[in-house]
Amino acid sequence: MEVDLTLLLFIFALASFIGFELISKVPPTLHTPLMSGANAISGITIVGALIVAGSLGNPIGKWIGFAAIILATINVVGGFLVTDRMLEMFKKKGDEK
Amino acid sequence: MSAFLPETILNLLPDAIQLFYLVATGFFIRGVKLLNSPGTARKGNQFAAIGMLIGVLVTLFDQDIVEFELIVGGIIIGGLIGLLLAKKVQMTAMPELVAVFNGFGGAASALVAWGELARNPDILSFDTTGLISIGLSVFIGALTFTGSFIAFGKLSGFISGNAITFPGLNVINIGAMIATLGLIGYFAFDPTNPTLFWVILGVSLLIGVTSVIPIGGADMPVVISLLNSYSGIAAAMAGFVLQNNLLIVSGALVGAAGLILTNIMCKAMNRSLVNVIFGSFGAAAGGPGASGDGDKSIRETSAEDLAIQVAYASKVVIVPGYGLAVAQAQHIVKEVATKLESRGVQVKYGIHPVAGRMPGHMNVLLAEADVPYDLLKDMDEINPEFATTDVVLIIGANDVVNPLAKTDPTGPIYGMPILNVDEAKRTIVFKRSLSVGYAGIDNPLFYAEKNQMFFGDAKKSLQALNEALNEV
Repeated sequence: MEVDLTLLLFIFALASFIGFELISKVPPTLHTPLMSGANAISGITIVGALIVAGSLGNPIGKWIGFAAIILATINVVGGFLVTDRMLEMFKKKGDEK
Repeated sequence: MSAFLPETILNLLPDAIQLFYLVATGFFIRGVKLLNSPGTARKGNQFAAIGMLIGVLVTLFDQDIVEFELIVGGIIIGGLIGLLLAKKVQMTAMPELVAVFNGFGGAASALVAWGELARNPDILSFDTTGLISIGLSVFIGALTFTGSFIAFGKLSGFISGNAITFPGLNVINIGAMIATLGLIGYFAFDPTNPTLFWVILGVSLLIGVTSVIPIGGADMPVVISLLNSYSGIAAAMAGFVLQNNLLIVSGALVGAAGLILTNIMCKAMNRSLVNVIFGSFGAAAGGPGASGDGDKSIRETSAEDLAIQVAYASKVVIVPGYGLAVAQAQHIVKEVATKLESRGVQVKYGIHPVAGRMPGHMNVLLAEADVPYDLLKDMDEINPEFATTDVVLIIGANDVVNPLAKTDPTGPIYGMPILNVDEAKRTIVFKRSLSVGYAGIDNPLFYAEKNQMFFGDAKKSLQALNEALNEV
């Protein structure tokens, strides 16, 4: 699949702008969960790891991909779960347990 | 997975995958947006997780993916380790864990680029763009990996929290970064020399170490946030290697959002990002008042005495710091607060933006102890209230209440906004000793006339106070 580099750069730049706009006035309460949630999203590299480990090619490359899957999965699974654990505890006054 | 599909669907598959990637991106954007507000944050995180699940499942239908042994094995191993770490970690160790996860994410992106390079039998099949992307992905991913682990080491005490540096280190670091970029350019020009790749990888790993080690432990939260941004960019670069839209978009999203968040954190400390990275904050231990002031007198208090003071107060503000986290005293704080509230005392919590080892760290801990988050007041909210406060309980906090930030222009924390606890009628400092805080400077508050010290482990002191309150 030949993709135009300009198009990819275009997508990259637009996504960056969205990222800049997404974070506005975050209360300090949420800094830690937000950081940890965003960190889990950066585990998206797992998608790349799947492609490298699952495609045909030199076994060395595939085993490197395998290592990448393990690390990325730790990042994704651990990241989302621990963020959820933190946020689960945030309650407003009077909220039921 | 695509092997199981009939041919008609197979033809549509590449487009369908792209469309599902778009859906996944939508979940990520919505998720991060919802994470901005306390009421919706949990839902936001779940949205992002759904987006990730979609991305992974759809990718398995990619026609290039034909072997699944490594994939299934890798996901099971990584999933179990991630699950275990996430469930077992103490809330107090949250910053360390985020650092570790982030390091893994960065390493994964570097490995993806490296694996793609190693998987292809003919290195000349990569065009210049591909090779530059591989180089950048390895560079940023590798330095995120080692940098995150140095941050982890500093937070958990394996490595000295002090800034370890020598004159010229910053110059060397910047020089090494520029040199690495040059090497990547050369690598794209002549990829046949394998040594070049190893040098890029090695130098990148090294830069991660040498650029984080000179930064003081108090700034680790900002560093982790910045490295989080880097790991996003590394993922985006891996996306350029594989020409994968989902990686590019999500990576750029996290990279940009992480940068903004880092900036917000810096602002909370009244410092610039450049100052954090190159300022070697915390290396200036031994600043004004750090020694030789033996004649200052302090006033001590006891659990019984303090119990009477707080029980008959009308308003009490609790200022928690890292000491509270270390002592695991969040539950007992809540117990004391409940007891006071039942006597009609108004109790609030004043949270400095950088209290603890990570922004929002105290909020997470107190939330764990079931303190409602609307009682947790930001610095701007609580500062006007100190003038009408009877007693401030400062538990394991130090630098964030240090008046030198306002009075000593030569001190390392000068200009950092602090909680104006000295405006209250009385302050009580819970602390193990008179030792200096993370910034390495003495705190005149301890010797102030309105202040009393309650020495001891925060948890034990609070337990004593809690029992004494029964007798009042």
